Amino acid sequence: MIRFLLKGLLRDRSRSLFPILTVTAGVMATALGHSWFHGALGGMLTTTANFQTGYVKIMSRAYADLVEEMPNDLALVDVDALLDDLAEVHPGWQFTPRIHFGGLIDIPDENGETRSQGPTMGLAVDLLDPDAGEVERLKIRESIIRGRLPEKPDEILVAEELARKLEVEPGQVATIISSTMNGSMAFYNFRVAGTVNFGINMLDRGTIITDIRGARQALDMGDAAGEIVGFLPGDNYRDEAAQALADEFNARFSDSGDQFSPTMVTLADQNGMRYMLNISNSMGTILVTIFIVVMSLVLWNSGLMGSLRRYGEMGVRLAIGESQGHIYRSMLAESVMIGIMGSIIGTAIGVALGYWIQVNGIDIGSMMKESSIMMDNIIRTQVSATTYYIGFIPGVIATLIGTAFAGIGIYRRQTASLFKELEV
Amino acid sequence: MNTTTQPLIELNNVVKRYPMGTTFFTALEEIDLTVEKGEFTGIVGPSGSGKTTLLNIIGSLDSPTEGSARVLGNFIEKLSHKAAASLRNHHLGFIFQTYNLLPVYTVYENVEFPLLLLGLSADERKKMVMDALEWVGLTDKIKSRPAQLSGGESQRVAIARAVVKKPELVLADEPTANLDAENSHHILKAMVRLNQELGTTYLFSTHDEKVIQYLRRKITLLDGKIATDEVMTPQGG
Repeated sequence: MIRFLLKGLLRDRSRSLFPILTVTAGVMATALGHSWFHGALGGMLTTTANFQTGYVKIMSRAYADLVEEMPNDLALVDVDALLDDLAEVHPGWQFTPRIHFGGLIDIPDENGETRSQGPTMGLAVDLLDPDAGEVERLKIRESIIRGRLPEKPDEILVAEELARKLEVEPGQVATIISSTMNGSMAFYNFRVAGTVNFGINMLDRGTIITDIRGARQALDMGDAAGEIVGFLPGDNYRDEAAQALADEFNARFSDSGDQFSPTMVTLADQNGMRYMLNISNSMGTILVTIFIVVMSLVLWNSGLMGSLRRYGEMGVRLAIGESQGHIYRSMLAESVMIGIMGSIIGTAIGVALGYWIQVNGIDIGSMMKESSIMMDNIIRTQVSATTYYIGFIPGVIATLIGTAFAGIGIYRRQTASLFKELEV
Repeated sequence: MNTTTQPLIELNNVVKRYPMGTTFFTALEEIDLTVEKGEFTGIVGPSGSGKTTLLNIIGSLDSPTEGSARVLGNFIEKLSHKAAASLRNHHLGFIFQTYNLLPVYTVYENVEFPLLLLGLSADERKKMVMDALEWVGLTDKIKSRPAQLSGGESQRVAIARAVVKKPELVLADEPTANLDAENSHHILKAMVRLNQELGTTYLFSTHDEKVIQYLRRKITLLDGKIATDEVMTPQGG
């Protein structure tokens, strides 16, 4: 009987083509949408975690309250001791110090006079210790446009856009004018090792990257750091793990009476990221719900149209001796076949497109020029195991629900009524 | 089911009314009718006389408002939907005025369909379908679709579909209404032959003189009542 129904479906395009196309489109949109949101939100989370928040971040309580202002006068002190403690207590985590600072970058001429100058945002990370993993985490090696990685504490990388604006070349000296941790003026000569472009507009506009040792020297920060960021190498952000770590750390170190005591916050509790995480986690459910409701309505309608067109066939089948229940079940069986066919095609197209965008990406840099969101200019989808089934199951369910509703009209009709309509 | 000691069809005081606003329209009124096995009988009468309604009740597609309709030992008015479907599936064959073949299926598949519902094996189905197509002379058209057939050929496929499971009773509603004289005679001769060879009982609803020529019994309906019930001498078969 299944073979018989399948033959009918394949031969009668009006019975199969539109529903299959509908399911295909819906499943494709769901699979692609899921990989898109997964990739875009995941990419944004990863970029934000790597460059700004870490999976967890330790700051002084006072620094945490004013974190947007990067108040290095409120930075953590005795950082090395704290890092040693963290490495011992939480060996699965990787902690590394960072300093964010603002200032002016001044490019002198051969006489030491200012040749060009501009504002800059500095990010000091551990570039020289391979175990810190910062070069890989921030993809610095891949981002170098000209020159090389810094090899000494007093070498910096300058954003390519800023370097062109200042007309500075690798090998030349750049003076950073900022303020020390104690509030006095800081002038420090760095040598430009290279230029970088991260593909993140917010960073590429005017950032300099330096080794934390050089920054400590320049800003007179000794054994201090604005923040310590923590990561789980090789693992994605997991809020439960991060929160458990933060709770434990804060129970040990944080003192509400001491504004310089360290406090740990999770990625989710920084920069409004919890909202993004919630969206990311519930996106699958949202997509699937929208898909099932919309597709069921569309397929209900097409099922009704198809059933009306097939009244004659239903009448004949009733007369031949098929029961109403059997006809209804055969309609459902047909819908399952349509759902499976549409879902297979839709998933295949959705996953293929998803892979294509994952590999090639879509450049939204022109739209992000003035953006302050920590987001890659090239958005990529992320095809995961979920992408393969997120549209598939709803595709079959929506088709089944649509047909079930449409079929009730037929099922409830009196046999003789159907039969009479057959004779009209 | 007991079909040996009882008539094939036995209607007692059958009334069929349809609601029409606040009143009722009476389609059949106090019909008493008995049909024995092997008969070749026609119900004739003008349009609206109740022929199709009577055929629908006998075919278990409808049930009487009053009275009792016993077909092959089953009281139609007491049958559930499922039991009625089972009766049609196992024991009845239908032939329609408009053939009503399933357009997306081939001749072979159209004839095979009732056997699929009976759950027969592929080998059994093949033999029975080929036999039925041979009876109606269409073995060369098994792969054709209904759209590729003439009216006469389509109706022969419909006959093959009705008789393929060798039912006790075939109900034919205006089977020649859409056919020319030559095709009508061809069809009717096929049915007479099957009636004689297989012992199948035929009950027609018709007002076509060409059909009436072949009947051995003619029941005339007028305004929902049996006006005459005559034994005929067939002229065509």
